[in-house]
Amino acid sequence: MSPLLEIHDLSHHFGGLAAISDFSLAVEAGELVGLIGPNGAGKTTIFNLITGVFRIAQGRILFQGEDISAWASHRITAAGIARTFQNIRLFKNLSALDNVRLGAFAQHHYRLFDALRRSRAFAEEERRLTRRAWELLERFQLSHYADTLARQLPYGEQRRLEMARALISGPRLLLLDEPAAGMNHSEAEDLIRIIREVKEEFHLTILLIEHQMRVVLNLCQRVTVLDFGCTIAAGPPQEIQHHPAVLEAYLGRGGHLAEEKPDAAAPA
Amino acid sequence: MLQILAQNVLNALQLGSVYALIALGYTMVYGILTMINFAHGDIFMVSAYLALAGATFLLGLPVGLPLFLVFTGALLFSMLVTALLGVTIERLAYRPLRQAPRVSAVITALGVGLFLENFTLGLLGPEPRHFPTLITLAPWEVAGLTITPLQVLIILLAAALMILLDLLVRRTLLGMAMRAISYNRPIVPLMGVPVDRVISLTFALGSAIAAAGGLMYGLAYPVLDPYMGVRIGWWAFIAAVVGGIGNIRGAMLGGFILGTVEVFTPLILPSSTYRDFVAFSLLLLLLVFKPTGLLGRPVFERV
Amino acid sequence: MTTSNKRKNLLTWLGAALLLAVAYFLPDTGLLNPYVVQILMYVGINMILTLALNLVNGYMGEFSVGHAGFMGIGAYVAAILTVAVLPRAVSAWCFPAVLLVGGLAAAAAGLIVAYPSFRTRGDYLAIVTLAFNMIVKSVLENIDALGGPRGYLGMPRLTNLFWVAAWVLITLIALRNLVQSNFGRGIMAIREDELAANLTSVDTRRLKLYAFLISAFFTGVAGGLYAHLLQFINPRSFSILKSTDMLVMVYLGGVGSLTGSLLGATIFTVLLELLRFLGIWRWVLGPLLLVLLMIFRPQGLMGFKEARWLRPARWLVSSEQ
Repeated sequence: MSPLLEIHDLSHHFGGLAAISDFSLAVEAGELVGLIGPNGAGKTTIFNLITGVFRIAQGRILFQGEDISAWASHRITAAGIARTFQNIRLFKNLSALDNVRLGAFAQHHYRLFDALRRSRAFAEEERRLTRRAWELLERFQLSHYADTLARQLPYGEQRRLEMARALISGPRLLLLDEPAAGMNHSEAEDLIRIIREVKEEFHLTILLIEHQMRVVLNLCQRVTVLDFGCTIAAGPPQEIQHHPAVLEAYLGRGGHLAEEKPDAAAPA
Repeated sequence: MLQILAQNVLNALQLGSVYALIALGYTMVYGILTMINFAHGDIFMVSAYLALAGATFLLGLPVGLPLFLVFTGALLFSMLVTALLGVTIERLAYRPLRQAPRVSAVITALGVGLFLENFTLGLLGPEPRHFPTLITLAPWEVAGLTITPLQVLIILLAAALMILLDLLVRRTLLGMAMRAISYNRPIVPLMGVPVDRVISLTFALGSAIAAAGGLMYGLAYPVLDPYMGVRIGWWAFIAAVVGGIGNIRGAMLGGFILGTVEVFTPLILPSSTYRDFVAFSLLLLLLVFKPTGLLGRPVFERV
Repeated sequence: MTTSNKRKNLLTWLGAALLLAVAYFLPDTGLLNPYVVQILMYVGINMILTLALNLVNGYMGEFSVGHAGFMGIGAYVAAILTVAVLPRAVSAWCFPAVLLVGGLAAAAAGLIVAYPSFRTRGDYLAIVTLAFNMIVKSVLENIDALGGPRGYLGMPRLTNLFWVAAWVLITLIALRNLVQSNFGRGIMAIREDELAANLTSVDTRRLKLYAFLISAFFTGVAGGLYAHLLQFINPRSFSILKSTDMLVMVYLGGVGSLTGSLLGATIFTVLLELLRFLGIWRWVLGPLLLVLLMIFRPQGLMGFKEARWLRPARWLVSSEQ
């Protein structure tokens, strides 16, 4: 079985600066892989390259065996890769319901002309889409926010809405970019639980960028560590914690992290 | 043959100088506020009328002033009042919209421009006005070319102003403030720079320089009408964009390119009415293939 | 569909039919001053223009400031058909087709503006659309067969209240349907966050194309109606000044609101007529109002809000499916 996602020798430059150098990674279906590293290491850049935000000049990316390196963003998302953003990027002036319905843009089956004349095909498809969107809103406890504009939602709800929007298209691979950003201890706990549930329920493979060690330790089966665009370590999170190169990247020579232990329910 | 070419090059330089002067105003405002001041062409038009008024007044004085004094007086008067006009417009119409979405500022600028055009039209009527001749020196014959003192004056004055502006922007504190604001506006007040004041000064400078262009234009093409700002303004705007809007050297380069287009198009194409078409098509093509202009720098979006 | 929905739908169709019937018979009854009827037709044409422009500028958040170019193309193409191509006897019957062709021609021109919009936004797109407007005007001025700057005449007066009302309804319904579908949401997503839209599987290129094509089409139709009302058109009618009028109507009424567009068009047209006695100063007041509007109430009268009867029907948004 070939891996769900394969990244081969990916490199990316911003002007003269090498943001990523010869990065490679393979993610099997059903895995939950973490991508960590100091700020500026290039993690979000990798996400951007996978999702077609940046054009790939060097390297290849294969998804489900297909080379998606040259694909346009919307096509990549339609093919089954969804993502959330470090700074939430919801459609602020649209309602929560509309935000979620947009997530399924590639799946609605009516054509423009159907919409213009509001044909039966349109009505059925739109109903189906709306129903599905409501299911997801309920799943993430956002039902009574359905008509609220996204920008008026509290922070936690916005994060969940972003996830609902990402999931309505039934993706196979979910890219989460620092989902725990700005969360306190208990919120991060909730998040860990949600991610685990969602992974099971929606049969997802997840690639996660995160800074909070607790989240990484509790969720990820394995972790790749990036620094200055290169992989400096890879392996199970417990090992990574003590890896000298990793410590040096985060803390400089001679430092060490406070001991973080995984919580009772370890990742499967 | 060569003479015709050289003559036209001279004409292109002359026209290009005027376009460059006006283009500078567009580019300076865009650099500092990321806003296209669509009213700038009409400010130029008003400045030409102001120069006309100044010159007429000075010529009508019982004291017979030497022409170069009339010229200087009209120039200074026009530059000053136009600068004031520019600052006033910024204060009243643009400053309230600093935080508003860009479309508001664009639409407002269009509105201000139209207001100026039609106000002038309403005030002065549709008949074109004639600019008095202030240069009476005879043209020179050099190597078969006819060079008028006016041409020389325009080109030299424009060059002088451009050099001065370039120096200002690169060597003075004000210039540094202007550049800082164009790179990162929110941070600048934290460094003690009076942003509002610098912006006002930028508008004043841009308008004053355009006013110099207005006087030059009036002398070279002595018929004024309230809608001339539309035509010249748009061409100068294209010049600014072609050169890379926000870039001062770009504005100068763009000005001369446009001058060349305007002078040489009728020589190549059958009808002179195709000039607009050529200029705007050039603009369109450039925007499609190189939106930031010849010397501009591309903009990145952070994800 | 529930019974209340069916009833609402029926009422809407009845209302439309009633409106059309009134529009058809009213002018002949002599109840209304022909001048008033003329104003009503102008209002209608402006409504179409405003609705069309609102799609691109309001819902999609783009910067088209040269839409008069589309109007001009629609006007001239329709005019050419009735003046030079079709025999006079047939032209009245062919009027809807004539308008359609004008609209399609304008839509084709919409492609010229749509492509640059894929790569540029904001100010740059404003410039592109302005350049487009200028080019159209310039080209029209140079075609002597069409009268050049002197203008083109000879169109039969085919526009009447009925046709205007019919096209207003068609435009309104088509746009309402578009806006309340996923396409419409996608168009709004472009306004909100184009990058995120792309990453949410929204094909922004295709949507931009649709938006410009549809917008240009209806603008062209309005141009055709205009030409056959005035029976004379010249390039000056479709200059940047006209584009600015359209912008005023959109921003006055409110961006992203169909109701707003209808209101904006009505108020603007009527106001301009009332102020006709001002002569040239009318054109000073207009831009001034625009500036004041932008400073004090940029969202217009009904920014993003909709009157009851134009809001999405329950079945489109409810959880009971």
